[in-house]
Amino acid sequence: MTATAAPPLSRTRRTPSPTLLLSLLVVAFFLAAAIIPGVLATHDPLQFDLVAALQSPSLSHLAGTDEAGRDLYSRIIFGTRESLSIGLGATALSLAIALVLGVAAGLGGRVVDAIVSRSLDVLFAFPMLLVALLFVAAFGPSPATLVLAVGIGTAPGYARMIRGQVLAVCTSPYVEAAHAVGHSSWRVLRQHIVPNAVRPLVAVATLSIGQSIVWASGLSFLGLGVAPPSPEWGALLDAGRAYMTHAWWLEVLPGLAIVLLALAVTTIGRHLQQRLEGHRA
Amino acid sequence: MSLTLDPATTRIPDASATGYLVEDLSVTFPGSTAPTVQGVSLALAPGRCLALVGESGSGKSVTARTLVGLTGAGASVRARRLELDGRDLSGLRDRQWRGIRGQRVGFVLQDALVSLDPLRPVGREIEEALRLHGWGDRAARRRKVIDLLSAVGVPEPELRAKQRPDELSGGLRQRALIASALALSPGVIIADEPTTALDVTVQAQVLDLLEAAKRRGAALLLISHDLAVVSRLADDIAVMRDGRIVEQGTAREVLSAPSHEYTRALIDAVPSAHTRGSRLAPHVPIVVHEPGPGERRDPRGGPVLAAEGLVKRFPGPGRTSRTAVDGVSFSLAPGETLGIVGESGSGKSTVARMALALTEPDAGRVLLHGQPWTEASRGIRRPLRREITAVYQDPLSSFDPRWTVERIIADSVAAPTRERSARVDELLDWVGLPRGVRERHPLTLSGGQRQRVAIARALAPRPSVMVLDEAVSALDVSIQAQVLDLLGALQQQLGVSYLFISHDLGVVHHVSDRVLVMKDGRVVEHGDADTVFTAPQQPYTQQLVASLPRLERSAPSKGTA
Repeated sequence: MTATAAPPLSRTRRTPSPTLLLSLLVVAFFLAAAIIPGVLATHDPLQFDLVAALQSPSLSHLAGTDEAGRDLYSRIIFGTRESLSIGLGATALSLAIALVLGVAAGLGGRVVDAIVSRSLDVLFAFPMLLVALLFVAAFGPSPATLVLAVGIGTAPGYARMIRGQVLAVCTSPYVEAAHAVGHSSWRVLRQHIVPNAVRPLVAVATLSIGQSIVWASGLSFLGLGVAPPSPEWGALLDAGRAYMTHAWWLEVLPGLAIVLLALAVTTIGRHLQQRLEGHRA
Repeated sequence: MSLTLDPATTRIPDASATGYLVEDLSVTFPGSTAPTVQGVSLALAPGRCLALVGESGSGKSVTARTLVGLTGAGASVRARRLELDGRDLSGLRDRQWRGIRGQRVGFVLQDALVSLDPLRPVGREIEEALRLHGWGDRAARRRKVIDLLSAVGVPEPELRAKQRPDELSGGLRQRALIASALALSPGVIIADEPTTALDVTVQAQVLDLLEAAKRRGAALLLISHDLAVVSRLADDIAVMRDGRIVEQGTAREVLSAPSHEYTRALIDAVPSAHTRGSRLAPHVPIVVHEPGPGERRDPRGGPVLAAEGLVKRFPGPGRTSRTAVDGVSFSLAPGETLGIVGESGSGKSTVARMALALTEPDAGRVLLHGQPWTEASRGIRRPLRREITAVYQDPLSSFDPRWTVERIIADSVAAPTRERSARVDELLDWVGLPRGVRERHPLTLSGGQRQRVAIARALAPRPSVMVLDEAVSALDVSIQAQVLDLLGALQQQLGVSYLFISHDLGVVHHVSDRVLVMKDGRVVEHGDADTVFTAPQQPYTQQLVASLPRLERSAPSKGTA
């Protein structure tokens, strides 16, 4: 075999694509909304104003008002924190569970692997919604329940990915080289196996945030998550359902917020994925 | 193995065949400003073999692919003349090329495993080539496939034709690929590194096969980086570098009296019996620094490494077990190089792993400095691991992909953190790398630089033994020469012992003091390197040495250091 081809040229810094810039902007906006909603909102999200009920979007009410005259734009802004933290929390929980299970299955030997893998298979067999229903039935609808339900529901997929990565990294020549140098197993695990097994997940995790937000909103919409009058996005959708025929903005605009954020986070995730996996340097 | 071709299945190219004529060929790929191939002129005459020699990136494979219309999408191909048997091929469409490939020009690629459809039995693959060109009916094609497979020396052709590529050995796969290229007796055969992935004895068979095709009148273009292979088969040689032909002439002229300095360096870089004790790349300076106190290993004393009756079995299919290593013993003196040669599957890498105590032997033991090594507990072994380090064939995969060169080397340095940085600099100097590579990732380094990083890492803990498992096998000849020179200089300065494992007899002969020849897990012959290679006692070693293509050197063309 002839020697490896010439090394790839050092990557030139490409200017980020417009879609990526837009996504970053959207995420930055919603992050700001989550942290300092009072600054971005135009009204008090809970202030009733029955005279101004069900107004369509205008300059005084950017996204119109709901049946109680509350400013929808401000409600969406104030709902961001809850929606976003459910998304982030669920993803964090999901990855934490997946990391423990995946590493255990990958390194634990045949018996542990079999037990973990079969349990994951069982979890896989349940539709996410069923798992979520189970939790809601057990703990009652609340944001914490949503985090638990979505986190546990999405964990098996990541656990499987991590297990595969761990197995691949364990047999890689650089892990063997580290053993051959005389490093302890613990050091090899910490320095090589876990970081390299988790690396491909960075991008996947970002993708998963968007997904979790959609899931959480969906569950709230079904009345299984955060209940009105909280302005969580799914709950907003649920509340607006009754007026859909003559107040379209009550459905469309919160829905748009979910779609925008999920899309933006996913775009960034894809970009990260390409960068991390396309070039390893 | 007899390789006579059945006259019924071969066709003598008709008299009108004049071969392939290429004049002033240039190929430019989209996105690059400079052409990859520039001004190449070649003539492939019936019954002759032209070898295109060059290192990776020289443009030889691109040239070969262009001659069969497979340059690649978007590439701009320009030539003053591109003629096959008098027919102009410039500007042919894909469809028309398909009519030529296989029928008029046979194309043999390097890696049969990726070139053959993994899901299709090889017989079907060859039949496909016949069917595409409308050859005979189904039954006749089936018969022809069996004929072809037996003609290329595939034993039990009926059985093999039904097997998929992954069920065949590398040698059989390569022969199946050649059979499909020869199926329609093309007048021109283009072989791109046809033997590179093969063991020497199999390589010899494949070369015989190509020679037989040449003798029956085919024009052969042999692309290779291996001058020894080339010298066996070629009538003419063209040397390529950076997309241009720097020298072209008859094989004898080019090999014995090279006129271009690049050709000369290339020839000198080939390690063999002739090059023992001399530098292979004398024009590339090696700066080896004086070893620090305690750096140099004491050349006296007992063996640093000794193996006693090593046995290793691996579970085979069903309840059977395969004995990979069977009763291997050796010892390695301080400052000595012990070469282990053998073909793939001979167990040499398993021996290396046992020497490194990464694989437990089923019987026998390894002693390090006279102390139990494989028998010691893991806790005792760990601190001792600094004494024996390794360099692998593919350095890149042996580095953590996240790490920079600095971290890779520093990780193996046995010193307090604050002294590590200075030690990394020192090691980079030793292996001839600029200190500027510290912050780089190995991915951005060249193959030779990566292997130097691997050597620096192996030197870092001040070992007394380094296990070099095919450490130079993946490198280009000239880079291989530099790395071998470096290893030689380091051994001289540091007194470190090498366990040098390779399938390449020339390389092993060049570096080794003593040699172990392995076959099927056993040592068939061992002794002084010169004795084993010049006067082999065992039939297997004799066969091995005989199948090694030798670079015919005449006058002392090699430089001395």
